[in-house]
Amino acid sequence: MSRVDLEREGILPAKMADEILGWAKPAPTEVEIRGRISRSLVEEISKIKREPDWMRRLRLRALELFEKLPTPRWVVGVEEIDLDELSYYVKPEVSGVAQSWDELPKEIREYYEKLGIPELEAKILAGLNVQFDSETVYHKTKEYLQKKGVIMLPMEEAVRRYPDLVKKYFARIFPASDHKFAALHVALWSGGAFVYVPPGVKIYEPIEAFFLIGKELEAQFEHSLIVADEGSYIHFIEGCSAPMYKSYSFHDGMVELYAHRNATIKFTTIQNWSRNVINFNNKRGIAEEGARIDWIEGSIGSKVTYVYPSTVLKGEGSSSTSVVIQLAKGQYIKDTGSKMIHLAPNTRSRIVNKSISVDGGVNIYRGLIRIPRGARNARSHVECQSLILDDRSYAYTYPHNQIEEPTAQVTHEAVTGRLGEEQMFYLMQRGLAEDEAVSMLVMGFLDEIMTELPFEYANVLRRVIEIEFSKLGGVG
Amino acid sequence: MTVLEVKDVHVEVEGKEVLRGVSLKVASGEIHALMGPNGSGKSTLAYAIAGKPGYEVKSGDILLDGESILELEPDERALKGIFLGFQEPPPLPGIRLLSLVNAVLNKKVGKSITSHGDPAVYKRVVDALQRVGLTPAYASRELNVGFSGGEKKRVEVAQALVVEPEVVIMDEPDSGLDADGVRRVAEILGELRKQGKALLVITHYARLFRYVIPDQVTVLWDGRVAVRGGSELAAQIENEGYKNILPPEA
Repeated sequence: MSRVDLEREGILPAKMADEILGWAKPAPTEVEIRGRISRSLVEEISKIKREPDWMRRLRLRALELFEKLPTPRWVVGVEEIDLDELSYYVKPEVSGVAQSWDELPKEIREYYEKLGIPELEAKILAGLNVQFDSETVYHKTKEYLQKKGVIMLPMEEAVRRYPDLVKKYFARIFPASDHKFAALHVALWSGGAFVYVPPGVKIYEPIEAFFLIGKELEAQFEHSLIVADEGSYIHFIEGCSAPMYKSYSFHDGMVELYAHRNATIKFTTIQNWSRNVINFNNKRGIAEEGARIDWIEGSIGSKVTYVYPSTVLKGEGSSSTSVVIQLAKGQYIKDTGSKMIHLAPNTRSRIVNKSISVDGGVNIYRGLIRIPRGARNARSHVECQSLILDDRSYAYTYPHNQIEEPTAQVTHEAVTGRLGEEQMFYLMQRGLAEDEAVSMLVMGFLDEIMTELPFEYANVLRRVIEIEFSKLGGVG
Repeated sequence: MTVLEVKDVHVEVEGKEVLRGVSLKVASGEIHALMGPNGSGKSTLAYAIAGKPGYEVKSGDILLDGESILELEPDERALKGIFLGFQEPPPLPGIRLLSLVNAVLNKKVGKSITSHGDPAVYKRVVDALQRVGLTPAYASRELNVGFSGGEKKRVEVAQALVVEPEVVIMDEPDSGLDADGVRRVAEILGELRKQGKALLVITHYARLFRYVIPDQVTVLWDGRVAVRGGSELAAQIENEGYKNILPPEA
């Protein structure tokens, strides 16, 4: 991969989504389905998608679960969502899935251009799936992927063309029965990408899926499913963004990963929703023997975010890391937490969570380490560091350990801190203004995990933080 | 020509008067040694000059080239050319010497602190590290994280070499150093003097001055200037300690 500094070259804009995209502009819509969530609504979506019957039935079973399951009480701010006022399916008016950017309507294309997506694709990606509202509008992969037998398709097309393959995994890694919003997702899912990597195939150039919610009071339910067969390697990046609205929109996506024996899946999320998006993202992976799943999340935007990357370490010697950086600046909430379920001997996991709370922001970490009896010599290390920059901001850490195996080793470190006065004076004595000293200390706080992010994205994140903190003024 | 002048300053820290009327002057091409036993107010004076919050100048003035700097923020004073080598620099996790130097040099030319630095900066940092007896690896180590006392001092001196200030205040640059380190630091101070910097060097012991002769020596005691003289005073302190200089109760 070429190490291009995309931000320096002006390719990736390093700003909060609200500033990059501005206010939402009307884009042509072909179909819009809103109203009460019902059997007929689900059937209609399924019909538009010309789905096989098994998928239609899967949706309807999920709908029944949605109706039965209680609204989760552990989430803050969820009461704001009025499920009766949202559009559940919005099909943009495009002539099929584009293979070149010119084919997209100007209103839609402009959003992605402002975000630098076409240039990013040209520079570093092996494949790109772009979703606008409920549907994939652009999908392209480099030729070598097909030659190596990699399948990368819009999710709907994968359901139609590879039903047996998709059926084995879809909503089985993350079942609809898990909670109400998982059920809602499975009932209404639309868009997303499917990736299958054949045995032994290693793809080092990342594949990206990018999601955009074009208008207010819309719900987006994209579904990403990545299956890495034995001994393969894949790096999948998901990015998301939205313009500003007067009201809000709701994102309830799902990510399912399956790493077969000795396979590695690296899954990176750069979340930059506008501050009008309530973001629920259901993420789970299963790692077979000797496999590895790495989650990395840079959580910058959104109004409220609920995301809990989880790995089920199913096979002996499998391992997983989850690294989450979360910024809550202003009256916004980030409710996150990684989960590691060790079901086999000699499994390893590592969780690093770093949060920055400022200007009234709230960060919450809810993690889970579960090691049932029999997962001999399982090891897990959890590190939570919270940086709180003023008296109006908060960070809460709720780690949860369920350890039944006597040979398991679980370590946990949690540190909550403020910027040190000595450090501030030291940097200012060297000539840095107060806001520059703050941003330098914040970058230092994030330094060790920046190296885990793809180079291009780490630079963008650095700039976002520098810019965000230069606007802070006096931090007390 | 740069002149730093401290005029009859009274400094309070947490409501307690620590400096009770101190005056001194240091000009380009001079080393002014500020000596005295622990607690005599040496570091307080250094902090007051650098503008550390909580070090309140109640009366008197501090002038740089004839203009008062008391109203300036610490960063504004630094950009006017005042550099303080800390006695106990704090650890800065995740911040590397090279990125700090880059930020500072960018700042001096009015660029964003994270702008890409001049590639020549790396070489300057490595050269400075070698001068103080450290390997190039220190350029990319987290600043003062896990450093020994001596390593911290060497890195402070290396920064003074790289960022090229006008006034260099070094607060005990020799503590924690072995004999070779003391000699290296003294030689660098001599060289900075030759380059025309104004140096205020704070030290408790005079061993540094075996290798570099100060132009003036001021001894503080209990927040006041007890004695002032030339390099012979430093020699006397090295041989006899403070006993014949300070009042008997010292």
